[in-house]
Amino acid sequence: MAATAFLYRSVLGDELLLARAAAMTSRNATLFRSARSYSMLLISGFAEPIFYLVLVGWGVGSLIGGMTLADGRHVSYLSYVAPALLAFTAMSGALAETTTNFFGKLRYQRQYEAVLNTPLTPGDVAFGELGWAMLRGLLYCTAFLVVMVALGATTPLRALAAVPVVVLVGLAFGALGMAISSFMRSWQDLDYIIAVEFAFFLFSATFVPLQAYPTALQVIVRVTPLYQGVQILRGISLGAPSWSLLGNAGYLVVLTIVTMAISTRRIRRLFRT
Amino acid sequence: MTPAMAVLEFRLAKYRHYWRSATFNSLATPVLLLFGLGMSVGSYVNRHGSLGVPYLEFVAPGLLASSTLQLAMTESGAPVFNSFHWERSYFGMIIAPPRTVDIIAGELAYQALRITPTAVIFTALMAAFGAVHSFWAIALPLVAVLVGLAGAGPMFAYSASVSSVSMMSVMLRFSLLPMTMFAGVFFPITRLPAGIRPVAYVLPLWHGVQLSRAAASGIGTATAACGHVLVLLLWCAAGVAVAHGRFVKQLTP
Repeated sequence: MAATAFLYRSVLGDELLLARAAAMTSRNATLFRSARSYSMLLISGFAEPIFYLVLVGWGVGSLIGGMTLADGRHVSYLSYVAPALLAFTAMSGALAETTTNFFGKLRYQRQYEAVLNTPLTPGDVAFGELGWAMLRGLLYCTAFLVVMVALGATTPLRALAAVPVVVLVGLAFGALGMAISSFMRSWQDLDYIIAVEFAFFLFSATFVPLQAYPTALQVIVRVTPLYQGVQILRGISLGAPSWSLLGNAGYLVVLTIVTMAISTRRIRRLFRT
Repeated sequence: MTPAMAVLEFRLAKYRHYWRSATFNSLATPVLLLFGLGMSVGSYVNRHGSLGVPYLEFVAPGLLASSTLQLAMTESGAPVFNSFHWERSYFGMIIAPPRTVDIIAGELAYQALRITPTAVIFTALMAAFGAVHSFWAIALPLVAVLVGLAGAGPMFAYSASVSSVSMMSVMLRFSLLPMTMFAGVFFPITRLPAGIRPVAYVLPLWHGVQLSRAAASGIGTATAACGHVLVLLLWCAAGVAVAHGRFVKQLTP
């Protein structure tokens, strides 16, 4: 116990108790169950990635035929694009929670003022919010994985193996979104986050292999976060894993830790606890 | 100044404060899509040769129509809801000279003005990248305005009816996204199963996309063009008619 407390204190500069963080998460879950419009919004989030899957995978796919993988196998365009859309789903689900919603609670609803007057620490708040963001992404991704299996884009076993990766992608983007939102000044600033999110969606080797991009773009794409998720999930979903995927996963783990350390410090600073 | 003009002026005065980020936003999505898809997916589609024209030429006019529809529906969503519920500016207007019709007319005029610069810039980009092949392309911004109004009318009615602002994203997800799929923006509707193809003929976006593609390529008949314009006007008129009833109900004490 003392060791973990020391670890949290040195990384986050704060105390963290997962039981207290869970109280923050369950606050969001309660709101989800009670507010009708909020749950409608969440449910419509299921539909969006599935529309994209059909639109791009099947519609645009019919104009492309199939894709030839590095190992020489030929796969349908739907199976090729589906894992990338899965990574996008995990990203956008988590980001929706830690950008718009988190920013609203932080600056306008002044909700954390009340929360921080209870035994919860800034670290608990940050991790509690991250937990809910990840769960929201996971919720969408589970539905998406079921559709992928139903359409024959992957096998049930591979879909199961994709779940922990989806969790990791959700954590990384939830944490990144929260850290950035904590520096935002207005709703207009959030629009820039949305534009960057959309650029990630289009340029993360999502629709075509990395090699199809111009060389300069390839270099940039390689260091962006969504690309890491796309690589891992595509490797798993198409049954072509490699050791390099561990590097992609390591990137996401480090991103999560660093951005959570920033968020916790920002919350403490903004509320001077 | 007529009352409707005053309503328009009210919107423009607000727009003056955030036009930079607004223009950036309304252009970022279609431009990223144009280059993101045109470059990446485009090269694969062209290699497969199933379209007959380069993918960029196919997708650009479609994107103009779909992004304009999205812009108009977003702009006539939350801001209109806001004027009823938080800011309550309509309640201020209605006790001044503007009547309900004036408010709606002013809002429609604002939508047309709001769309125009984005549409002009996007058309110029299309021309610069060789996605335009006809003199008729000059009419593209006008087509965009028409598509926008066809979306704004029904959206006014919706925004005046719902009780929570979250319902705006719900509407956009459940109407815009599926419409994009059925309207032949990213692939021709001949790729859809024959049974569901007629859905496209009802949707305003399909008519907008067809009109936009005809203007960009110069290929098409006057009869077809008139038909598309008529359907778009009909959507706008029907939306405004329903919206009028909803506005009256909301604004009558």
